[in-house]
This record gives sequence, C-alpha cells and structure tokens, in this order.
Amino acid sequence: MNKPLTYGLLLSILMVIAPHAEHLPIWVSSLCAGLLLWRAWLAYTGKPLPKRWLLMLVTFAGTGGIAFEFHTLFGREAGVTLLMLLATLKLMELRKARDAMVLVYLACFIIITNFFYSQSIPTALYLLATLMVIVTTWVHLQAQSIALKPRLRIAAVLLLQALPLTLILFILFPRVQGPLWGLPQDAYASTGLDDRMSPGSLSRLSLSEAVAFRVTYNDKPPRRDQMYWRGPVLWYFDGRTWTPGITLPTISPKFTGLDHAIDYVVTLEPHNKHWLFALDVPEKLSVPATLTNDFQVLNKEPVHARLRYAARSNLVYRANLQESERQLQRALQLPKRFNPRAQQLAAEWRAGNKDDAAIVNTALTYFYQQGFVYTLEPPPLGANTVDDFLFTSKRGFCEHYASAFVFLMRAANIPARVVTGYLGGEFNDVGNYYIVRQSDAHAWAEVWLAGQGWVRVDPTGAIAPDRVQRGLSAALSDNAALPFMERNPPQWMRDLRFNLDTLANQWNQWVLGYDTERQFAFLTRLGMESITWQKMALNMASGLGLVIALFALFMLRHLYTRQPDRVQAAWLKLCRKLADAGLPRATHEGAQDYAARVAAARPELAEAIRDLAARYTALRYGTHNDEHAQREFLQRAAALKI
Amino acid sequence: MLASLKQRFRTWLFRPRIELGTITLTQRRIFIIPTKQGFTLCFVLVLMLLGDINYNLSLGYVLTFLLTMMAVMSMLHSFRNLAHLEIRAGRAEAVFSGETAQFMLHFNNRSKLSRYQLCLVQTGDSFWKNTNTPLLFDAPAQQDTEIVFPLAATQRGWLQPGRMTLYTEFPLGLFYCWSYLHFDTRCLVYPKPLSDAPLPFGNSPDGTGKRSVAGDEDFAGLRKYTAGDALPRIAWKAYARERGLQVKQFSTPLGEELLLDFSDTPDRSEEEKLARITRWVLDAEAQGLRYGLRMPDGELPSNNGIAHRDECLRRIALFNLPQQNDPLPNPSPTSGRGTRFSPLTRLRERGKGRGKS
Repeated sequence: MNKPLTYGLLLSILMVIAPHAEHLPIWVSSLCAGLLLWRAWLAYTGKPLPKRWLLMLVTFAGTGGIAFEFHTLFGREAGVTLLMLLATLKLMELRKARDAMVLVYLACFIIITNFFYSQSIPTALYLLATLMVIVTTWVHLQAQSIALKPRLRIAAVLLLQALPLTLILFILFPRVQGPLWGLPQDAYASTGLDDRMSPGSLSRLSLSEAVAFRVTYNDKPPRRDQMYWRGPVLWYFDGRTWTPGITLPTISPKFTGLDHAIDYVVTLEPHNKHWLFALDVPEKLSVPATLTNDFQVLNKEPVHARLRYAARSNLVYRANLQESERQLQRALQLPKRFNPRAQQLAAEWRAGNKDDAAIVNTALTYFYQQGFVYTLEPPPLGANTVDDFLFTSKRGFCEHYASAFVFLMRAANIPARVVTGYLGGEFNDVGNYYIVRQSDAHAWAEVWLAGQGWVRVDPTGAIAPDRVQRGLSAALSDNAALPFMERNPPQWMRDLRFNLDTLANQWNQWVLGYDTERQFAFLTRLGMESITWQKMALNMASGLGLVIALFALFMLRHLYTRQPDRVQAAWLKLCRKLADAGLPRATHEGAQDYAARVAAARPELAEAIRDLAARYTALRYGTHNDEHAQREFLQRAAALKI
Repeated sequence: MLASLKQRFRTWLFRPRIELGTITLTQRRIFIIPTKQGFTLCFVLVLMLLGDINYNLSLGYVLTFLLTMMAVMSMLHSFRNLAHLEIRAGRAEAVFSGETAQFMLHFNNRSKLSRYQLCLVQTGDSFWKNTNTPLLFDAPAQQDTEIVFPLAATQRGWLQPGRMTLYTEFPLGLFYCWSYLHFDTRCLVYPKPLSDAPLPFGNSPDGTGKRSVAGDEDFAGLRKYTAGDALPRIAWKAYARERGLQVKQFSTPLGEELLLDFSDTPDRSEEEKLARITRWVLDAEAQGLRYGLRMPDGELPSNNGIAHRDECLRRIALFNLPQQNDPLPNPSPTSGRGTRFSPLTRLRERGKGRGKS
C-alpha cells in the first residue's frame, strides 16, 4: 500500500464522514478523528500498522459504547454511527488491495447515509466532490504507476460521462413508492410542531430558520391576520402541558356561512407527523386526508417525504354551531388543584358578566392593560404556571398567552381549546410564494360561543398586534435572540436569500420530489403517451444505448483514424498542381529528381521547387521535424503559383 | 456432445491459432467480462437502490445511478485501453537450459492515448486467467514499448511461449478485458553445460591432439561478448574503458583441429552426454580452437567463430528431438535471428543422416 494511495483513501473516508460529525455522539466523532490522524501519522512516518488485538479491542469497545449510547445497534442513528466507526477502523488494517477495495465501496455506501440528514443543493455538490476523490483513489488503486494528473483526468472523464446517463436514468427509471419494508422509528430527522405544548416549547422552535412549508396562492393572497395555519389542537391540560387528550370517534365538522374561498398549493416539508396544514377552514384537499371534528387535516401516513397538495379554504365561516355535549365537556376540563388565583379571577369575571363574548373581551383587555410583555425569553415558571405568568412575571411568548387565556376561559365556564400551528410567512417575490418557517410557529385559542360556534381568539394579538400583522421580527425588540435573518437584513441579502430559496424550492419540487406522480406528469409533458413501465424501460434502454454509443464513437475515433500526414498531403497536392500544368511526377521519381526535372522545364519555378523539395525531404526523411519547420513548408507549398 | 460443442464454440470465438508478424488488437480480438469486484459492486449498487426506494432518497438515486453509469463507462475505457494496440514479437536470444529466456515483444501504441496497467501472462491453452504472476507495464501514447517477457528455460530444444493473454482491468477493476496472443516466436535452449569437463584432446583428425600454448597468445583482436564465453577471455580493460563487454580473440594456427564426437563422451545418459559436449564446444571456442562436431545424426566440419559455435550448439540442442521437424511456419522477418532458425539444411546437403522424420 503506497503512501499516496493511503492518503487518497484517508481523504475519501474523511470526506464521507465529515458531514456526519455534527450528529454523531461527540466521543465517536473524536474517536474517528483521532483514528484518522493516527493513520495519517503512521502513513507519513511509515511505521507499521497497529496489532490486530488492539484493533479488535477498539472495535469491541466502540461497538459497546454505541450500544450503550443508543440502547441498540440497529436503527438508523446507531447503524450510521457504527458504519463510521468501522470505516475508520478498516483504515487501520489496510494491508491488501482487497482492503482498499472494501474501503472504496464502503465510502460510496456511507455517502448515501448522509442523505438521511440533508439532500440540499450544497449536499449534492459535495457529493460530486466526494465522488471525484473516491474515483481518483479508485483509479489509483488499479494503476499505482499512474501520476496524479492523468488519474484526476480519468476520474473526471468517467464522472462527466456518467452525468448525462444518470440524468436519463433519473428521469426514466420507474419509481417505486417506498417503503419496501417497515422503517425504524428514527428513520427520519425533523424539526417541527409537536402535539404537546408546555411553556418554552414554541419559543424554542422560533429560533429555527428551517422551512415548514411553502405556499403559492393561486389568486390574491389573504390578509396576514387570516394566515392562520392550523396544526394540532390541544384539549387536555395537566397544569403545565397541553396535549390533545383522548381522541373521540371522528364526527365530521359542520361549517355554515362559508365565504371568501381561496385556493393555494402547499409544499410541506416532512415532519413525520400526520397533520397537514391548511388555512381555516379547509374545504377540500388534493390528497386523501381526513378532516377531524376540531378541523385538523390528517394525512393517512405520517409525512415522511416532502408532500405537495392543493387546497381550498373558506376564510369566512361558522364552525360547529351545534357542538356535542361531550366535546363541550372536553373543552371545559381543568386541573382544579393548580392556579387558584387565575380560577378566582375568572370566577369574578363570570360573576360580573352573563355574556360569554364579553368575558372574552374582558380577558383580552386584561392582557392589554396589565403591562404584559411579549418576549422570546420569558422567566421560568413555577408549579402554577398560569398564576405565575398572569400575576408575577407577566412576560411570555405566544404559548403562555394561549395557555393562560384558555385556562381563564375554561375557569369562566366558556368552552375553549388551544390551537397550535403557524402564522403568516415571508413573501418571496422571486419565486412568488410564501415561505413559512419554524420560527412562524404560533399558538392561539378557540372558544365556543353559542350562536357563533368555534371562534378564533388570538390573545397574542392583544399584547403584540405586530406579531399578527407583520411577523415575529416586528413584534419583538431588536436585541431578542432571533435568528439573524428574522431581524431586518439589508435588501441585497434578502434578495440573495429569496433567490436561493427559490432555487431550493425548484430543487425540492423537481429533484427531491420526483416521485411516481411527478414522473408521469413530466413524461406526459415530454409527449409520452399511455405510460407503462415497460415503455419507460424501453425508452431508458434506448436512450442509454444511444448516449453510450455516442461516447464510444467519440472515445474510439482517435484509435481508428490515422493522423493524416499534413506534410505529405501538401506535397501530393503540389504534385497534382504541377501535373495539371503538364509536369506529372513519375512513380519512380523521388522528390529531388522530380524537382530537378521541373526546374529544367520551368526555370521560373526552379528556385521555389528546389527549396520545397529540399524541405519536404528533410521533413519526411530527416531528423529535424519540428512544428515550425512543418508550418513553413505548408505555407510555402500553398503559396507556390504555377 | 456438449463438450465438443463447447470446444467448437470456443474455437470459433477465440480462434486459437499461431500468428505471424504484427497483431493488431481489433474489436474482434478483444473480450470482456466483469470481474469479481464488478459483481461485488453490482451487489452494493442493488443494496443502495433498495435503500433509495425504501427511504425515498432522491439524491441516493442520483448517487446510485452515477456509480452504475461510471461502472458501465469503465467497460468502454477498459476496452479502449487495449483497442488497436499493435503487437509484434521480437528476437529471443538463445539461452542455456536453467537460464531465463527473454522474449521481446513490441507494443506499438499509435494513438494519442496512453495505455495503463497492461498485464501479460502465459496462459497456454487454458481459458481462464491462471495464477502466474503477470508482467505489468504501461504503453505510453505514440510510442513503441519494448517488453521483455521472461520465461524459465528448463529443457533443451525450442522453447515457445505458447499462447499468452494480454489483459487489463483498468480503470476501475470492474471488467476483465483480454486478448490472446499466440506468436510464432520461439527461443532456442541449449543444454546446460557441465560445469567442468576437460576437452578431449587426442581426437583431432590428424591425431596430434595437443595444441600449442603459444597459439593462444596470438592476439587477433576483440569481439563482442556472447553468452557462454569464458570469463578469463573477457577484456576487462576494455570494459573499464566503458566499451562494453568484449572478448579477446586469438588466432589459432591451422591444423590444430579438434573433433568433438558425441560417442567419445564417457557419460551414460544422452542428456549428460549432451551437457558434456556443450561444455566442450564452449571451451573449444573460448580457447580459439578449430573444432568439428560429430553427432550420430550428422557431422559439422571443423571451423571456429561464433557462428560455428552457435550452429554446433543448435545441433546439440535439437538432437534427437521431434521439434526438429515441428511444423512451425517459416519465421517471419521480424522474428529476429532469421535464417539461422531454419531446419538443419547443412546436414541435409551433405546427405548424412537426416533428422528423424
């Protein structure tokens, strides 16, 4: 195993492992880094590789550590971690060409595990760079005598030739809708809303710039204060955390007075939960989904892959004017042991007012007048979360307000529930769509009023109307710990960001979201009719065959065509010209003899033809045959006028 | 039945035959199949594809397809690595048994493309690549690369490399791309001379035997060293002046003749007799004697000089071997030594005891 080859393998493994560094357990990352450094040092100094028993020891210890860390050796996280460790350890026993080959294949395989975490454009570019390194090493492994430059060239040629073929395969390879077998629970990484809400859960999410979904409105977009995207609805409160509670058999909700219909298309990032996001209240969706009694849209399967759906919502509605007694009871559930002061306050409101709507207004006015502050960094709360918030800290994020408001309503005997979801979004004028990020996560309340049904009430709007009207950055003071981009960036940065996001959106739609459906749509647009997989396979085979044949023609062309001798061609042309002038060259005549005869017959040409013959002889039979002399001869031969 | 069909198919496909002159590796001559590594990659790719489908990884599809297509293209590259090489066999100097015969092969690469990692191995008649360590070399662009293919000479007579396989697994080792080369080239192997055997003085035709020592001192000039020359005869001074290995030649007075007769050898077995007589020829030549050779199947008149020595050695090497009359075609002009490889014409002319027919 020579040194450069070892370095090549080291670099390959380093490049495939590096993207994993951030989500591997810290000790595995450092162990791998240490092993790589050690191996590089061994290669540099030419010292022998460590003994087998030592490697076995490290392998067992590492495997044990991973089993301890993840409580399993299977599943995605543990499997990937184990693979990293084994690849680095394999480097330590690089003895035969076979070991190197195993490493090359292993490196290719590890690249794929990186796609569990990211499939963005930078990842794709990084994939190409990594592949280039791996293939260069691969070529080196086969031909150790070959220098770096031709090695790189061969690898680049292979890669470039494979690209158009890959495009054909990618477009035409029949897609099978996965999964083929059951996936482990941790198969997908995600950030996003949860179906539990406790103080601090949404403010944590607000720090994430990750995209939740993108929306394209078919017509005019709605007002910002109508952009409430409903997520999980939370009914049950244990004093600290809101959860959906027990789910009842689904009774279809009843909407009346529908108006102001709006059509839009949502591209939802995978979040591994069932819910789909729609504006209140959804009328129809292009994907099969169920509408629950509390107006949530639930997908059949958890959303593991990016999902695109068209939807229609009615922004004006009356929902469930007739609500079942059982639902109303659920909406009044309270943990009586907690928050006595809040319960007392609500009792006072109830005593002073018979009208539910008036109590709702009283509560909102209370928030508005009592000096509440909207902040991402609220102080921690004690056991009585609502009491502490309402009467002591008075500082909170949307989940505090929603939680406290619903608590007060229930204490005042008004059916209420917490709704989580997203509010607003950022308009991308390059791609003409709205980006809804995790930082747009929001929580609000819904109360049931007789004669009005479920009515949305956003207590946050009472304290920080800007949050609703203009977004998070407008509602918070500048020094808040917001993501950089959520504050007010310069215009060019916004433009750049929108351009990049538009690109990412196209990438998501066309490359990452290229599934059976999109494949059919695309092929139909290309003019293929009645698509069957046999037809696709046939097209694919012929396309590949054609391109490969073209490559073959191009590659082998050099071998079969002889490089014509320019000097001889010029000389023969000259002879033809002279033949036309009545002085054909006899077959037995050499250049000099012929020149002498021509010179005798045409004295005016004597000097030129002798010179050309001498040059021709020198170029053809002499040793002095450089580019310059050739060009000189060609020019003079062409210049000769007969 | 099946075996014979198989044999016919192979004969049709591989066209085993001995060839003259230059072989150009045309498409018809190059064969290609995946290697074990190729199949392993195939397996890895299937695994990857299953993963892509299961986890719906679009970039995973891209990677899998890229690797697949690179593997496919590497087949074309492998083929190109051999295509249109022009190969001809060069000279192979005669050697003594026990030495290594060196077959010259010229690989002419006219294209602008360097050929890497060519492997040459002697395969004989087997179809599969065998375990012999191959000779590895590159053939740079627009160059004629001369390759010395070593082959152990273990028996006297003609040594033929037989069928050789030229193969390459470049660039990714996924495909085994090969062509068969079967040249008419051959190398003459002399018997291994005995290490020490005194010359049989006293057998000279005039009966005198002993040759005067003085004759040895008549320095007549230098000539180029050839294998088998006695070490004391090497002109070390000339060598020191970097004029190459040369051997001092001495003129020997006429009349000092020696007849090396096969029947005079005291050994029992034929091979031992041949070994001794080989030593005699070498020593006689080294000492500058005129010597003749008498074998049971013919006789060479007294003479001296390298040509005579080689002729004697050739006679000895081919003695009693069926190869004398092997049906090799006439050596092509490119195959080195030319006419000296022709059958024992001189003997036939003299009409004494033809070779076994």
